[in-house]
Amino acid sequence: MSLLLSIQNIGKSYRAYRSESRRFASWFGLPVKPSEEHWVLRHMSFEVHSGEAVGVVGQNGAGKSTLLKMIAGTLKPTEGKVQINGRIAAILELGMGFNPELTGRKNAIHALGIMGFNADEIHQIIPKIEAFSEIGGYFDEPVRTYSSGMQMRVAFGVATAYRPEILIIDEALSVGDVYFQHKSFSRIREFQEQGTTLLIVSHDRSSIQSLCNRAILLENGAVIKDGNPEEVFDFYNAIIAEKENSTVEVKKLDNNKVQTSSGTGEAKVEEIALYNLKNEVVEVVGVGESVELRVKVKVYHSVESLVFGYGIKDRKGQVMYGTNTWHTEQVINQPKSGIEYIFKIAFPVNLGIGSYSIQTALVDRDTHLTANYEWVDLALVFNVINIDKTQFAGCLWNEPNISIEEILL
Amino acid sequence: MLRDLYLYRGFIVQSVRNELVSRFSRSKLGGLWIILNPLSQVLIYALILSNVLAAKLPGVAHQYAYAIYLMAGLLGWTLFNEIVSRCLNIFIEHGNLIKKMSFPRVTLPAIAVGSCVINNLFLFISMLGIFALLGHQFNVAMLWLVPLTLVVIVFSLGIGLILGVMNVFLRDIGQVIPIILQMLFWFTPIVYPVAIIPEVYRHWLNLNPMYPIIDAYQQILVYGNNPQLEGVLTILAVGVILSVVGLFMFRRSSAEMVDAL
Repeated sequence: MSLLLSIQNIGKSYRAYRSESRRFASWFGLPVKPSEEHWVLRHMSFEVHSGEAVGVVGQNGAGKSTLLKMIAGTLKPTEGKVQINGRIAAILELGMGFNPELTGRKNAIHALGIMGFNADEIHQIIPKIEAFSEIGGYFDEPVRTYSSGMQMRVAFGVATAYRPEILIIDEALSVGDVYFQHKSFSRIREFQEQGTTLLIVSHDRSSIQSLCNRAILLENGAVIKDGNPEEVFDFYNAIIAEKENSTVEVKKLDNNKVQTSSGTGEAKVEEIALYNLKNEVVEVVGVGESVELRVKVKVYHSVESLVFGYGIKDRKGQVMYGTNTWHTEQVINQPKSGIEYIFKIAFPVNLGIGSYSIQTALVDRDTHLTANYEWVDLALVFNVINIDKTQFAGCLWNEPNISIEEILL
Repeated sequence: MLRDLYLYRGFIVQSVRNELVSRFSRSKLGGLWIILNPLSQVLIYALILSNVLAAKLPGVAHQYAYAIYLMAGLLGWTLFNEIVSRCLNIFIEHGNLIKKMSFPRVTLPAIAVGSCVINNLFLFISMLGIFALLGHQFNVAMLWLVPLTLVVIVFSLGIGLILGVMNVFLRDIGQVIPIILQMLFWFTPIVYPVAIIPEVYRHWLNLNPMYPIIDAYQQILVYGNNPQLEGVLTILAVGVILSVVGLFMFRRSSAEMVDAL
């Protein structure tokens, strides 16, 4: 395992001067102090050896892209050193600098030129890119006639035309159609098998876990966790869970100003929380764990009937499960103004790992179309993690009982 | 920096070519537009001003003397104007590329200068064609145009680099320079002969750096004389100094430039 990349105490700051003339003076060696120095990343050190595949994760603004740009060489660190042994290729954005009037071939030649290849090398590489991109005769048509998927194909082909020692990928993995995604994925894997070290920034847990054997978690411009992807992602999710719940709190204090809520206001959800069997409020629950959703509802104006409904939605907003007290035949008839109810909904969390939200609805019958007292999206956010179950994929916990018998002939 | 330019020579040549191709790829007249633009300018000035000014052009008895005089001045001015204007915005224009790709940025002004020189060459060739039509003589002095073009490149590149680097941080520069260039154009004897400036004010012209350059172009193309070397050499010296300052500023700013783009 040879040392490929060494980050030595690097930092990046953006400087503001009281006037631009002071900045100009600073280039000529005059002692001018910047009026403001904003560090986006500081005191960061780590090493990457050959054969490693490192996922860089972190929330927006954690410094991921800044770090990658400094490694790729487009940004210069303000302090510290980035040492690279070997050829580096960066896919920070696909299709950079493509000229729509030129053909795919001309653009590929141009892009390879920017990457520093000479005419002979380019001449050898172009047929490979043409074959890889699989766009046929379009390769000699102007790029403006391409679909965005076709453009991505050529761009990815160019970016990965040569196997580099270090390949940097910034959230560019989901390119084009499914077929091409597989193709680009397998090319990255191929590089990896031949010894290329990967550095990937992505929010997609599954792509990082399938490609990487190490992950680095950044927060506020510093490495806060460095280890195997599994461990790092769990830590990351815990941080996010903390953040998401605190924003929910803020929303409540804020008198429903931020929350997506609608309704006529005859009844309102006053409190909502998720409890475990030990009667503790939880934000992170294990797969299969039994929990109870407790919702306190207050009636502000007497109405004919009150029905409470809820839905559990996944990160993409798809409803995993939802029902209401109309269907369960628990309609409250003629509730009086001022009365408070608490709805206790106990259920096992038979969901896949991920982040979920709960929406609530207070209506008069089975739909919210006749009367809508209150409707709140994202009333509560919780995370599901796998604590004690066998590993599984998907959005549903559906415990199997697998038996295997050998057939004796 | 020079090594980078050498290593990327293929890329620079390719880029200059791409620029030409893409600019005219969907126009019927294609490359003709490079020359039609300045020539239409010549036509306008010639139509409007020739009667007023032709008589004042000393030493030439040619019927189309004024048109030739105009073209000579515009040839030099176009090159200067184009290089300065291109360099002024070159880093901002390619901001995204600079941020996302790692490559020697010094190639950008080189590409700009390359395509400006090609444009100028096309213009010169077409002017020669018109000279022939008008019956104007070719002469040996025209060989002076080669070193003269180099002087203009060095001078305008120096100015362009300094302004281009500063423009990244202070965008007002990009707005004010076209106005200044426009003013400089009218303060330089291009559409009018020096002779029409009253004697008392004429010494002010010595402060105009473009005056010796344009004068050299006119001496060569209109009169077939050798240019006045003294003025041109001064500009060359100034140009070399400005270029060195420009390259120095470009180097010192390159780390911060990405932050500001």
